[in-house]
Amino acid sequence: MAELLQFTFSGLTVGAVYALVALGFTLIYNASDVINFSQGEFVMLGGMVTVFLALGGVPLPLAALLAIATATLVGLALHRFAIETARGANAVTLIMITIGASIFLRGVAQVVFDKRYHSLPPLFGDDPIRFGGAAILPQSLVVFAGAVVILVLLWGFIDRTLFGKAVLATAANKLAARLVGIDTRRTVGFSFAVSAAIGAIAGFLITPITLTSYNIGTLLALKGFAAAMLGGIGSAFGAVIGGLLLGILEAFAAGYLSSQYKDAVAFIVILVVLLARPQGLFGRAKVERV
Amino acid sequence: MLSIENLRSGYGRIEALHGVSVQVHAGEIVALLGANGAGKTTLLRAISGVQPASAGEIRFEDKRIDRMPAHRRVALGIAQVPEGRQLFTPLSVEDNLRLGAWTRRASDIAADLARVFAMFPMLDALRHTAAGALSGGQQQMLAIGRALMAKPRLMLLDEPSMGLAPILVDQILTTIGELKRSGMTILLVEQNAHAALAIADRGYVIATGRISAGATAADLLADPRIKSGYLGA
Repeated sequence: MAELLQFTFSGLTVGAVYALVALGFTLIYNASDVINFSQGEFVMLGGMVTVFLALGGVPLPLAALLAIATATLVGLALHRFAIETARGANAVTLIMITIGASIFLRGVAQVVFDKRYHSLPPLFGDDPIRFGGAAILPQSLVVFAGAVVILVLLWGFIDRTLFGKAVLATAANKLAARLVGIDTRRTVGFSFAVSAAIGAIAGFLITPITLTSYNIGTLLALKGFAAAMLGGIGSAFGAVIGGLLLGILEAFAAGYLSSQYKDAVAFIVILVVLLARPQGLFGRAKVERV
Repeated sequence: MLSIENLRSGYGRIEALHGVSVQVHAGEIVALLGANGAGKTTLLRAISGVQPASAGEIRFEDKRIDRMPAHRRVALGIAQVPEGRQLFTPLSVEDNLRLGAWTRRASDIAADLARVFAMFPMLDALRHTAAGALSGGQQQMLAIGRALMAKPRLMLLDEPSMGLAPILVDQILTTIGELKRSGMTILLVEQNAHAALAIADRGYVIATGRISAGATAADLLADPRIKSGYLGA
């Protein structure tokens, strides 16, 4: 029982990060039909920029803010110089562009930073909290709380502001969005910026637990993608549930089978979803009358 | 008010408009008639800026707009009710209307919202319903209402009666007549040529990407070629 609880907690912690990566996929996919495989690099940038600025003597909160800003700028540049210039290209081409961008960013990170693993000090120390025989790292709660805050802010923004509605409108019908005068380049660019910022936040929150290095993005992107598929690509709610579910599945596989199988879970999930339920658990239920 | 000279536009290497010239004067209803695939929708899309023009000129109130991005043309006062309505189906009726006023950061949006609801009372009762759940007629009214929220001086309507029951077609045409009386200029694309010419001042016939006739509505109605080709007589 204590074991089950332990695995669940660690699964939810990692799952919260997968959920944020999946959310980034969803935001960009909805706005532009692009599956952005450099989503994982935003997470890497969040961790690495914070680490290196902190090493250079910048106070941690400021370092984290600058990391968010860096990732956001990279997200905007990705949209402006890689996606926007290939406007009209088909989905496969756009996916290859994002994979190229991901390799490029990894290469730059390897040169600018280094190839070693780095950590950050946890926000509230290393002493685990005991609960029902399981031990929870305080940083796990920080990760989880961070994910919840991001979700609430994002939901409030999308649902309660006209600009948020314009982002939804762009996702729902780009032609109509242009016809009412929405500058869709701006709303799509905004989606890239927000996805990058969310990735960066996930990056520095998780670094104290899982460490970071220039190449963590690849696997994270694949897992975030698996989570988005599981939840139903295009559904923000599905992305969050899919992320948490994938995290728990991974923790169970690692705990009850072998930790060597941990990374295989995401790929098995992708296969099973594609075979059994391609629209995912919460695939977009369209309210539409033709 | 709108002056199009020798406009060419196409999709990839296939040209859909081979040098089209059309004039719309302030306060007029101009009908654009033609068979499917003649280029009517392409022309409206080029005027709105969602379809690039490869040659020619589009002037709106003496300002060249053919290289201007779509969102700036809406801000200048050109709104379109597109073919197939193109609503934001997951969003509510009210949100669709508010987004119609996107280019205006004005404080009188609430008054315009009230005006649209007064015009289409059934939309008022459905203001929190998702646009995708409305009936075809309601969707068409919402599409017109959304374009009105931009406070356009020129309204482009693409097949507003398509797929609607006859009683709704009458209602839509009456609405278009009211808009004209309120001072709006209208360029109307219609399959239903009789109905369009009944409310229009002038009309153009477009065939395979070229204007084949342009005259007053009365003359077009009397023209034997138009009669046999488009009026089914």
